[in-house]
Amino acid sequence: MKNYAFVLFLLLEGASLALVFNHNSYQKSKYLNSSNRITGNIYQAYNSVVDYFHLNRINKELSEENAWLRSRVENMTGVPVVNDSLVVNLESTDSTYRFISAKIINNSVNKPFNYFTLNKGRNDGIKQDQGVVTGKGIVGVVTHVSDSYAVGLSVLNSRWSISAMHKKSGNYGSLIWRGYDYRTANLTEIPLHVDISPGDSIITSGYSTIFPEGVMIGTIQDFSRPDGENYYDISVQLSTDFKSLSYVEVIENQDKPEIKELENIIRDDPMAN
Amino acid sequence: MIRWLIKYAVIFVVLVLIQVLFLNQMQISGYLNPYMYILFVMLLPLSAPRYIVLLSGFLIGLTIDIFSNSLGLHAAATVFIAYIRPFVIRSISDREEEINDYPGLKQNKFSWFLYYSAVMVFFHHFILFYLEIFSFTQFFSTLLRVVLSSLLSIFVIVLSQFLIFRE
Repeated sequence: MKNYAFVLFLLLEGASLALVFNHNSYQKSKYLNSSNRITGNIYQAYNSVVDYFHLNRINKELSEENAWLRSRVENMTGVPVVNDSLVVNLESTDSTYRFISAKIINNSVNKPFNYFTLNKGRNDGIKQDQGVVTGKGIVGVVTHVSDSYAVGLSVLNSRWSISAMHKKSGNYGSLIWRGYDYRTANLTEIPLHVDISPGDSIITSGYSTIFPEGVMIGTIQDFSRPDGENYYDISVQLSTDFKSLSYVEVIENQDKPEIKELENIIRDDPMAN
Repeated sequence: MIRWLIKYAVIFVVLVLIQVLFLNQMQISGYLNPYMYILFVMLLPLSAPRYIVLLSGFLIGLTIDIFSNSLGLHAAATVFIAYIRPFVIRSISDREEEINDYPGLKQNKFSWFLYYSAVMVFFHHFILFYLEIFSFTQFFSTLLRVVLSSLLSIFVIVLSQFLIFRE
């Protein structure tokens, strides 16, 4: 068989391309991502070594966050603290959120689609579609979970967009990252009649069950009015420093099953359409 | 045979670790993503059966994919250069010139190895970056990514021949 190499090449190339283009294959794959035990353990071991070089900065950030949190918690009484997780009833909404502390053990900012790996998984209560934040702002959303590790899409990933709000006016838009610069993202769908100016805060809208309302995303850096369009083109300076992520919190919305159930009833109801 | 297998198993692990724990963590800029792991495919003996070369390419590509959550991308690019490897070697070598069975830097002329790395790296990066973005709307910025990253990868690959893969 003289052409066996060509046949094998077509077979392997076909298999690889099928993995690339079958968009669901990434979503469905249980083991072919960095949350599996082997890759997770390697990243964890690596991280425990490299982290020593960043301890100064990490300590400073954590102590700043502590100070900020303490000033907020000061007036709340009877907040139950379980292990390293805090159960809080945020005043802004009626939902109950649980924050699970975790650490990013692998992260990238220089690809068109960036992902991160967390050092906690199913055994610590991490589930798919939970939001990930730091004291400074949003980080991303969990997509894959194994027993002790998890993988998530970072904001720096053009495969998803985030429901965002212009804090001053309360107008909603969606935030998309267009690649190349890890410090800025683009906000679209804010109508032209809204009064905006550089420096305005952009926060999460609370329209999805992933993030609570009011988590910081960034500030307006620059904006333009594209010809013939009804919406601004706004570039947002992200408040999270994606290049130096370490400790993060994963948000569990304890009302999520109930919200999903209600939404499914509406979706199935022929009268609603 | 066993020694040969162990040697390449060690090279495999070392290259994957260098790639995911060092090169992938550098994060200099979106335009500079060096990929050195393709050395595994480049360094297989010229006498190795073609199915071994193709399967090795697929295996190391898929391993890198799993570490970087880019299912299939690296596998596709690496299988392609594994397939074209014999053609590349034939086209860059003089007919009279004896090419060593082990296509490393020490065993061959510097200029030969430089051509060899440059061609393999460029094809790999070209497929990788265009497949990743999968649109020609950013044609020139992606081309710039291919060229700049290729230069860095070639540099890293040639440098590695002086530092770790000396024999």
